[in-house]
Parts: sequence; C-alpha cells; structure tokens
Amino acid sequence: MIADLPVSVLIASVLAASAPLIIIALGETLTEKSGVINLSLDGVVLFSAMAAFAAAKETGSLGAGFLAGGCAGMITGLIVGYLSIYLHLSQVAVGFALSLLCRDLAYFLGNPYSRIQGPTLLAARLPFHDTLPSFLQNILSQPLTVPAALTLIALLWYFFNATRSGLALRSVGENPAAAFARGLNPNKVQMLAVLAGSFLVGLGGAAYSLSLKPGWGRPQGAEGIGWIALALVIFGGWHPLRVALGAMLFAFLQVSGISLQNIFPSIPAQVFQTAPFPLMIFTLIFMHYSTRKSRISTKPANRLQRRLGLLFMSRAPKSLGKSYQQE
Amino acid sequence: MKQLSADIVLGILLVLTFTSLVLLAAGAPVFAAFQNIWLGSFGSSMKIGQVLNVCIPLIICSCGLLFTFRANLWNIGIEGQIIMGAIGGMAVLRMDSISNPTLLLPLAFIAAMVTGGLWGLLAGLLKTRGGVHEIFGGLGLNFVSQGFILWLIFGPWKRPGIASMSGTELLKHKLWLSTLPGWRIAIAGLVIAGIVFLLTWLLLEKSRLGLKLKAIGQNPRAALLYDISPEGYYLLSIALAGACAGMAGFLQITAVYHRLIPNISSGYGYLGLLLVMLAGYRIGPLPLLALFFAGLNVGAIQLPIVLQLDSALSGVIQGCCVLSALFILGLEKKRRQK
Repeated sequence: MIADLPVSVLIASVLAASAPLIIIALGETLTEKSGVINLSLDGVVLFSAMAAFAAAKETGSLGAGFLAGGCAGMITGLIVGYLSIYLHLSQVAVGFALSLLCRDLAYFLGNPYSRIQGPTLLAARLPFHDTLPSFLQNILSQPLTVPAALTLIALLWYFFNATRSGLALRSVGENPAAAFARGLNPNKVQMLAVLAGSFLVGLGGAAYSLSLKPGWGRPQGAEGIGWIALALVIFGGWHPLRVALGAMLFAFLQVSGISLQNIFPSIPAQVFQTAPFPLMIFTLIFMHYSTRKSRISTKPANRLQRRLGLLFMSRAPKSLGKSYQQE
Repeated sequence: MKQLSADIVLGILLVLTFTSLVLLAAGAPVFAAFQNIWLGSFGSSMKIGQVLNVCIPLIICSCGLLFTFRANLWNIGIEGQIIMGAIGGMAVLRMDSISNPTLLLPLAFIAAMVTGGLWGLLAGLLKTRGGVHEIFGGLGLNFVSQGFILWLIFGPWKRPGIASMSGTELLKHKLWLSTLPGWRIAIAGLVIAGIVFLLTWLLLEKSRLGLKLKAIGQNPRAALLYDISPEGYYLLSIALAGACAGMAGFLQITAVYHRLIPNISSGYGYLGLLLVMLAGYRIGPLPLLALFFAGLNVGAIQLPIVLQLDSALSGVIQGCCVLSALFILGLEKKRRQK
C-alpha cells in the first residue's frame, strides 16, 4: 500500500474526504438530468462554505450552519435558473460569471470570519464501537456527512429510476417538447431541479467548512472542487453510483498525495496538492475515450463484457444545455 | 442608440445597488469604499500607471479570446496559456550563453508566444481529437501548468538558499523592459497591446478568417457544407488565443514582476473572459472596459489597509457587471419576442 498507511486508515480517510464531493457532484447530476448545466459550482461551493461557517459561528449550531449553506446554494440556483431557463441566456456564460462572482463574494463577506475557530462536525462513534475489531473501528468512525453522502447515492438512483417525478425530470432533460405534450411544465421541472441540485451543492460546501476542512480562510481549501465535480458528472455518465465512485477516486488521489509527499521530500508539497486535479481530469478523459472506442467496435463477446459495457455506458441527457422555449 | 444608453444606465444602477448591499452586509462604509477604489486607481499618476500595467495584458488576453469566442469555443484554458507563456519566456531569459538583451528579449517574446500557442493547441486537440469539451480540457491543462510553475519555483528555478512563494530570483536589470520616463509602464507593452488590438480588429472584421470563424461558431455543420473544416479553424483560433496569452505572460515577467511568481497570470485570463462577455463579444468596447476592470483591480488593492475589507470586492463588482449585462440582454430579448 502507499507508504506506511494502514489500509483501514486509508479507506477511512478516502470516505471522509469524498463525502462532500459526492454530495456536490450528485447535486449537479440532479440538475443536469433535467437538461440544465449549472457551471457556477466552483464559486457556489466556496460561497456556501462561507455562509455555513458564518451561520454556525454566529448561532453556535451546526444544523443552522448546514441549512445556511444549503440556502446560500439555492439562492445562486435561483439566479442560474431564472437567467438560463426563463430568459434563455447561455447557461455556460451565466454559470461562469456567477462562479467568479460567488467566489469573490465569499472571500469578501467571509473576511471577518477567516482563521478563527468555530463549531466543527466531528467523527461520530457508533454505540457498539468498542465491540468492533480495530479495523472496522477506524473505518466506521466518521462524521455524519459520510453516511449522508452514501445514502444520497441510493436515494438519487431510486429517484431517477423508480419514481414518477424522477421520470418526469429525466423526460424533460431528454426532450422537453415531448414532455410538454404529455402535460408537464418543462420550465417548472427544470427550475425545481436546479433549486434542489444547488441546495445539495450548498450542503456539500457546508460539509467542507464545517467538517472536512473546518473553518474559513482565503484560500479555504475547497478551491477547484466545483470544477472537479462538474467533470465527474460528465465522465460519470450522469449515473449516481459512477459519479460517486469517481469522487472516491479523486479523494484517493488526494489522500495518497499526502503520503507520497513523505516518500519524495525533494518534490515541493505544493505539487502534490495540485497534482490530483489534472490527474483526475485526465483519468476521466482517458476512461471516457477508451470506453467510447470499445462501444463503437463490434458487439461484446461475452456476458461479462456486456455487463462492463453497461457500467461504462454513458449518454448525456439529450437536451442538456439547450434552453427550451415553450410555444 | 437611445435604447443602449438606457440599458447602460440600468446596468450601472443594478451594479451600484448590488455592490452597496454587499458592502452594507459586510458592515462597511459604502461611500468610503467607492471613494477609495476611485482614489486608488485614478487618484494619482502613479496609480494610473499601475492601472495601465493591468490593462495591457488584459487587453491582449481579451483580443485572443475574441478569436475563440467567434468560433464559439470557451477557452477557459487561457490561465494556463498565460502561465506557460511566462515559463517559456523565462526559460529563454535564463540562458547564460546569450547576454545581449536586444537579442534575448525578442527571443523570449517569441518563445512565450510559441509555448502559449502550443498549450492552447493542446486544449484544441483534446477537443477535436479526444472528444473532450474545451472547458474541461482547458481546466485540466490549467491545473497542470499551475503544478508545473510551482515545481519550477520550488525546484529547479528556486532562489539560491530559499525557495518560497515569492518566486524566482529577480531578472538582471538590463532584461527589464524599458519604461516611459517618469512612468512605470513599459513602452514595448503599450506597443504590443496596440498592435495586437489592430491585428485582431483587422483579422476578425476585415478578413475571410473572421468570417469563416463566425460561420463555424454559429453553425459548424452548415460551415462544413461551404467547405470550411471546423477542426482546422478551431485549432487555429485557440492557438491564436494561446499566443496572445503567451504575450501577456511575457509582459508579466519582463515589465511587471521581473521574475516568475506562482500567481504570474494574476487571474487575467478569467478576467479577460468576463471582460469579453461584458463587451458583448465585440472588439469596440474592449479598451474602455479593460480600463474600467483594471481600475477596479488596482483600486481594490488598498481596501484591506484603509478599510480592513477584502480586495475581492473588485471581483464582486466585475462579476456583477457581467451578470447585470446578461440580465438586461435577456430581458430585452424577451420583450422583443412579445
């Protein structure tokens, strides 16, 4: 394994580090399934992280912090939704401008809160903690964000595949005109998806400043995460489980970077901190490219390959990024 | 014309209202903050010089971005292209074998343009050959160049003794671009910005290249029918943008910082993207808006000292300008449809 890190500690830190990213990436998955790209993620994560920390600090309550983070995310979602769904502006342009605005807004408003102690969500111990073998003890003592993120994967999968509203959302993302003909209101469905998705992104941002990287500062440590989440959604093929697995892969790269630092002391630490970002994006690109090629080639020979093919098959919601004008 | 001025007034009102609200939320004196930004940017000739030093690379980057926007490409990789340009230029300037600055500086300029352009080309190839959207290819390459410059500053190019975030050793004084007497603005920078601006205008508005890029940007499939291959023009436009970014990187090391620092791009790439959006993807309003954005950047520098506010306020105003402009544009489109 990497350096002298016990496997259980490695698994535990990967889970903990991936939880906020999973929540953020799944929030964006929800939004994109309805056909809207919310490109403002990177700034929104910081903005909601700041709002969450400030609210938690002022009220002394973690719950209020998470709620504030979610609401901060939702407000940005309102802007993205209104400008891109109702005013039919370019989703990329709106998202990019909003991303930079939110980042700087977070730095500006968060200034009085930087580098101070505040409430932190700590790892919770299970009631039967002491009866477990130490291997499991390491893995299972996690902050609440971890079980929440894992549950969200299942919930979202269930929502997309087994509920009527999930079907409605997907049909709007595929073909809003047809969905309209079936009596749905595509704009309303998209707006709801953007609001719910950005609420989740806000919660993910809160999970950074209240749990994984407690506190606020410039830089906070969640910079760049939003872009990674956006990439994960695309290369995870808009499938909740694969998006979450991608998030775990990224967390693994981050965690192993820290231990690799000890092995190669001659390489500056800053390189290890930035390395996971390009590595992640190029890994995803490589995976995407290789599976695309194999799909174009002949039919899979055996059942295993067919299963694998299904796992890696991805297709964007057909009307992703296009704005729908109701007639 | 009347409509345009009404829109501008509405936009300014929106931005002022939003910024004042943000300042009030931070418990800051609204008037004093605006006054400080004004005095900090256009209050003295020294400040105006600083503003121009920001303005020059910003205009050069924005001109490059006009090419990619014309072809409907989102060249988010421009930050990395600035960084790589600066690295390419620095690599030449560090050569000991040539000591004549009149030879070394032009060589470094060309090297910066080429490395920036190649870095842009790479993002373009990822798109045309790898099927990777240029936003993600560009982002990936931005992260790579960020890691690369950190490695250089803390590794092979570190200052003797101490490696730190403050960057590499200062360049020899003879390699600094000469400045206007009494001002700290490089003459070469002004000239380069002027030439790039004129060339961009000529190429985009008066040549077949501009027309073809526009055709591809608006409908790549139809362009194909007119025997215009989108792939070649995508690559050309993004390489041009990269070359412009490389020039900006060259000026950052030879005219502004005189060394390589981790944040050598100063965020001008992203700021350029905002700027071009605010200009409505047209070249005409660029210089004036660039001056405005640069003024905000420089004016906000002293906010932390005088008013204990974060200098990110400039970014808040810039982002708000673009969103307000988009909002007004959207409202108008909607009204026209009715």
